[in-house]
Amino acid sequence: MRLSELIEKSGFTLKNNLYDKEVEGVFAGDLLSWVMGHSLPGQAWISIQVHLNVVAVALLREFSCLIIAQDAIIPSEMIDKANEEQLTILASHLPVFETAKKLVELGF
Amino acid sequence: MRETYQVQKEDFANAGKVSSHIKTTLKQLGVEPALLRRIAIAVYEAEINMVIHSDGGAITMEIDEGSIRFTFADQGPGIADIEAAMQPGYSTANEAAREFGFGAGMGLPNIQRNSDSFDIQSSPAGTILNLSYEVNP
Repeated sequence: MRLSELIEKSGFTLKNNLYDKEVEGVFAGDLLSWVMGHSLPGQAWISIQVHLNVVAVALLREFSCLIIAQDAIIPSEMIDKANEEQLTILASHLPVFETAKKLVELGF
Repeated sequence: MRETYQVQKEDFANAGKVSSHIKTTLKQLGVEPALLRRIAIAVYEAEINMVIHSDGGAITMEIDEGSIRFTFADQGPGIADIEAAMQPGYSTANEAAREFGFGAGMGLPNIQRNSDSFDIQSSPAGTILNLSYEVNP
C-alpha cells in the first residue's frame, strides 16, 4: 500500500512533507537497537520515541515512514531533519497497540 | 580512500550522524543495497556504543578494491566483560541513554551479525573494534 493511501484510510495525521513510498509492513518498538536488529526495510515504524536518533534509525533501516503513537510530542528539529532526509512522519492519537490494530484492519 | 570521523562522549543529539554520512558516501560509491544495509546497521551500533559507553573516540573508514574496513577506537574506559557484552540483552547503558531508547543490549550482537569480519579488543585505555566487508569488484 502506498503511504498516501495509508494516510487516507487510517486517519493518521501527516506531520511533515509526504514522501509517498510503498509501505511493505509494520514494525513496532522503542528500543532502537532492537528495532535495528529485527525490522525490515520498507516497513512503517510505530514508536513513541521522539528525538533525532529516531530519524537516524529510520533512515539507516530504510523505513517507509515513522508513525508516532499516542500524541507523543514531536520536536520541530525532528520534523526539519525528516524533511531534509525525505522521511514522512505520521502521528496517531491511539496508543501503540491500537495504532497497530488499525493497520491490521487495513490489511497489514 | 580513507576517512576519519570524531565521536563525542554522550552527544546523544548527534549520535547517528557519522553513520548517516558513511551510508551516503558508500551509496554514492555504488555499494550494493544489501551490503549497504548491513554496513549501516553495524556502523550505527558501533557509533552509538561509542557515544553511550566511551569517553569519545574516532571512526576510520578505509576502502580499497576488495574490501571496506572500519576501525572504531575510543579513549576508554573499556568493556569490563566482553563475553557478557556479546550476549543479546546484556546492557550497561545508564538511565540517560535508556530514555533515548538505547540500552537494548543488542549493539555488539547486531554488529557481529552484520559484519564479515569482527574483532574487538578492550582495556581500560580504550576499546578497538575492527570490522571488514568483502566487496566484489
